[in-house]
Amino acid sequence: MVRNGIKKLYMFIMLLFLYAPIIVLIIYSFNDSRSRGTWKGFTLKWYAELFTNSDILTALYYTILIAVLSSVISTIVGTFAAIGIYGMKNGFAKNTVLNLNYLPVLNPDIVTAVSLMTLFKFLRLEFGFTTLLLSHITFCIPYVILSVLPKLRQMNKHLPEAAMDLGATPFYALRKVVIPEIMPGIVSGALIAFTLSIDDFVISFFNKGVGVTNLSITIYSMARRGINPVINALSTLMFVILLVLLIIINKKDQKDLNPKKVR
Amino acid sequence: MKMKIFSYPYMLWLAIFIVVPLILVLLYAVTVTEGGSITFTIENLRRFLDPNYIDVLWISIKLALETTVITLILGYPIGMIIAKEKPSRRNTMILLFVIPMWMNFLLRTYAWLTLLGKNGIINYFITLLGFEPMNLLYNDGAVLLGMVYNFLPFMVLPIYSVLAKIDYSLIEAAEDLGANKYQIFTKVTLPLSVPGIITGITMVFMPAVSTFVISRLLGGGQYMLIGNLIEQQFLWVGDWHFGSAISIIMMIFILIAMAITSKFDTQKEGSSGLW
Repeated sequence: MVRNGIKKLYMFIMLLFLYAPIIVLIIYSFNDSRSRGTWKGFTLKWYAELFTNSDILTALYYTILIAVLSSVISTIVGTFAAIGIYGMKNGFAKNTVLNLNYLPVLNPDIVTAVSLMTLFKFLRLEFGFTTLLLSHITFCIPYVILSVLPKLRQMNKHLPEAAMDLGATPFYALRKVVIPEIMPGIVSGALIAFTLSIDDFVISFFNKGVGVTNLSITIYSMARRGINPVINALSTLMFVILLVLLIIINKKDQKDLNPKKVR
Repeated sequence: MKMKIFSYPYMLWLAIFIVVPLILVLLYAVTVTEGGSITFTIENLRRFLDPNYIDVLWISIKLALETTVITLILGYPIGMIIAKEKPSRRNTMILLFVIPMWMNFLLRTYAWLTLLGKNGIINYFITLLGFEPMNLLYNDGAVLLGMVYNFLPFMVLPIYSVLAKIDYSLIEAAEDLGANKYQIFTKVTLPLSVPGIITGITMVFMPAVSTFVISRLLGGGQYMLIGNLIEQQFLWVGDWHFGSAISIIMMIFILIAMAITSKFDTQKEGSSGLW
């Protein structure tokens, strides 16, 4: 009993440690004062201001646009790349590609960021939407490949061969047999890419351009003068939306699982 | 079916956006531009040997190591407690540790200013207890706290996923053979969880040693870690040659650190890794 109590207390303290800043953020999004530290009463004005603050809305627009585009493109390129790497017979070439693919995962973000910045400068690309999108795609693809490859290895390798023996063209076999087999890997790869992109700060910070920023950069540049409580309101909203989505998915999963439990 | 042709577009992408940029950084690191002409030199690397810069490197490594050790000590019990729960409760509990990461990490770090500040919530409780308010911000402790806070889930997740997969019959066998709880932990559970610990260490140490955001927010404008030094050279000073040299030095340090940890892993596991 005592052991159990200690365990529960420990978990409670750890969760409090992780959630304390989030609770503070949510509370201060209802605070009727600009400065942090003083509480002046309840208000919803930051939530109202959110829909008229063009700086923050622009940053939100670019954050979501970049996240959607980079996760879609990196999922397509990454899935085909994974299928290609899986089909490689030459061990040396395969290992080289795999190790190079690991580089952006293993390298610190800041090194990836400055190396891409150097490249764009070298190519004389103007920093802005294009550089931001290209850099996001570059750091997302490796994660897609790393989540698709294990699914390909699990797949029975005679499946596509059987399909082709039965008269399917290679492309038809790919579309009807291989892709459905590895779908879970593709979906989780796309989700990882989306999350990484929406949350990225370091790589975006070095490859942003005039007028094109994302939420993380807006928050960072605000931090010096004090963060506009509108940002708190926005994050609270995003957090609550994600939480509700999660609960809905969980409920749905339980419903799907229940018939099995009865049996 | 010639499946490998599907990887050709990505191979081109790899070459342009991963290989070429790193070569460019390497080139920048070993050259200087003087009056429009480029000459090869090791001057940039030698400049880093200045005691001030070595100090910055030392503090970064020290802070990252401290962060790794603290997250391991705090995170291992969490992973163990969750892994011992009923499977139906495990997912919910692990989600509780993942959900905080959905909120922008800059904002969460910034919120610590409200908690730790002079008129902050923690000092409010300290004064309620009758003590003098403490200076909790803009020092090593604040940066360390910020790092532990941000990277703790990265330690918990891999340790949990390894512990959850341990075959319970191994522990039962140890019990049947007369091992006590302490022996079961040191002889069975801990050795089996080494791969998770290694993943956790790399996932915490690497971002910790290269961060420049946490140190800027919680350490104040003057606080210098190696990440801040790189940011400063590239974005404010404009000395890309020196900035590249520092990036290369940091990369080498991280590769060495990872090679050491993976060696440790392969000895225990007997599996062949990247190194």
